[in-house]
Amino acid sequence: MGLLSKKDAKLITDPLADNNPITIQVLGICSALAITAELKASLVMGIAVLFVLGIGNVVISLMRNIIPSKIRIIVQLIVVASLVIIVDQVLKAYAYELSKTLSVFVGLIITNCIIMGRFEAFALGNGPWKAFLDGIGNAFGYAVILLIVGFFRELLGSGTLFGIPVLGDPIEKTGLYSTGYENNGFMLMPPMALIIVGLIIWVQRSRNTTLIED
Amino acid sequence: MSTNTDTNKYTILFAIAMVVIVGSLLAFTASSLKPNIQENERMEKQQNILYVMGINENGPTDIKFIGTDKVAGEFSKYISKQLTINVDGSSKENTEAYLIDVKKEQAKAKNGGTRELPLFVGEKEGQTFYIIPIRGKGLWDAIWGYVALDEDMVVQGAFFDHAAETPGLGANIKQRYFMDDFVGEKLLSDSGDFKGITVAKGNNDPKNLTKDDYEVDALAGATITGDGVSAMIKSDLKLYLPYFKNLKNQLN
Repeated sequence: MGLLSKKDAKLITDPLADNNPITIQVLGICSALAITAELKASLVMGIAVLFVLGIGNVVISLMRNIIPSKIRIIVQLIVVASLVIIVDQVLKAYAYELSKTLSVFVGLIITNCIIMGRFEAFALGNGPWKAFLDGIGNAFGYAVILLIVGFFRELLGSGTLFGIPVLGDPIEKTGLYSTGYENNGFMLMPPMALIIVGLIIWVQRSRNTTLIED
Repeated sequence: MSTNTDTNKYTILFAIAMVVIVGSLLAFTASSLKPNIQENERMEKQQNILYVMGINENGPTDIKFIGTDKVAGEFSKYISKQLTINVDGSSKENTEAYLIDVKKEQAKAKNGGTRELPLFVGEKEGQTFYIIPIRGKGLWDAIWGYVALDEDMVVQGAFFDHAAETPGLGANIKQRYFMDDFVGEKLLSDSGDFKGITVAKGNNDPKNLTKDDYEVDALAGATITGDGVSAMIKSDLKLYLPYFKNLKNQLN
């Protein structure tokens, strides 16, 4: 069959569900809590991580035989930090508007444990092509959860999706709000993201009981 | 691999090489892109200043600055005077006042120096705007903005921006529904004392209909960022009070 062998395809599809970086590997929780109050931020963060993790995994994989094991974590950190900084600088010079949107995320990308986690667990032991697929797969898995959490938090917390009001105007009391419905301000607080992630984990594990560890 | 990558010698050499390579790569990127970045920042300042006096391409709810291709021309067309203000309210013209770095000036004042206060006078359709840059602290990092006032220090336009506030919470200071609430708010009491504007929770005025309460409605989940906005309005705009008092005397 085509471009991807079965094993390679698994590298992409596994992290989407059964080996999801957030719900199964429990990595990248901090950014999942911090930026999912709105859907747009979740999407931007997902794309940024896709980019950094895809390239970073390849770079680390290419360097895997020459990195001294004693300082490998620092080397990984340097690679991801310089990648992010270079991208940030290039955007600032040539796509200033976009860079303004992304600037908030720069720090969050560098400290995202999914990135370090995949470098350490996969890229250090596999070739560049496999590492690339693994990076893309995990970034997608991360983005999917971010989008789900962002969807519920923005809808229930602000009554909007991608900033567009979908439930009516809470101040003018139109649409759903005319029935006495109110936005749940709690949904905007980071702990609610944790609860939603918890619910996703619950649903996922009750559908696939092999994931439950005793 | 024949080289043993676990020896101390190799580790140290690798670390040194890595630092040199990455360091020069970053330095090269930063210095070769610097002129472009500075140019972008300069245009952004002009766009922000024009924005608060209503020269923008806003739709009903979004924020759209005038294009970078025409910003320099519009800036010289609408901004009639750029001034630096002294603490006693006297002023002098400074054609590059918009390049004054408010952050550096604030640091200067902190270390006991005198602060240069930039002010831009804009004219549009017979109305005069006095535009002032402000800067303060949010929850995570710097927040800043521009406020356009009339000669009575009533807000005519406001724009806020931030370095790293939380998306969906503190970052919403950059939303129209927050910024536009400031329009029409007074900074001075009836007797002419400086009162400032407070970003207040529970001011029972979510539509911001009362314009003389010195309060605007706060953002949910963004208490510290909101307090930062109140603080920078109070601390920075207060410094311009002597200038506006002088201005009032001249106009009467």
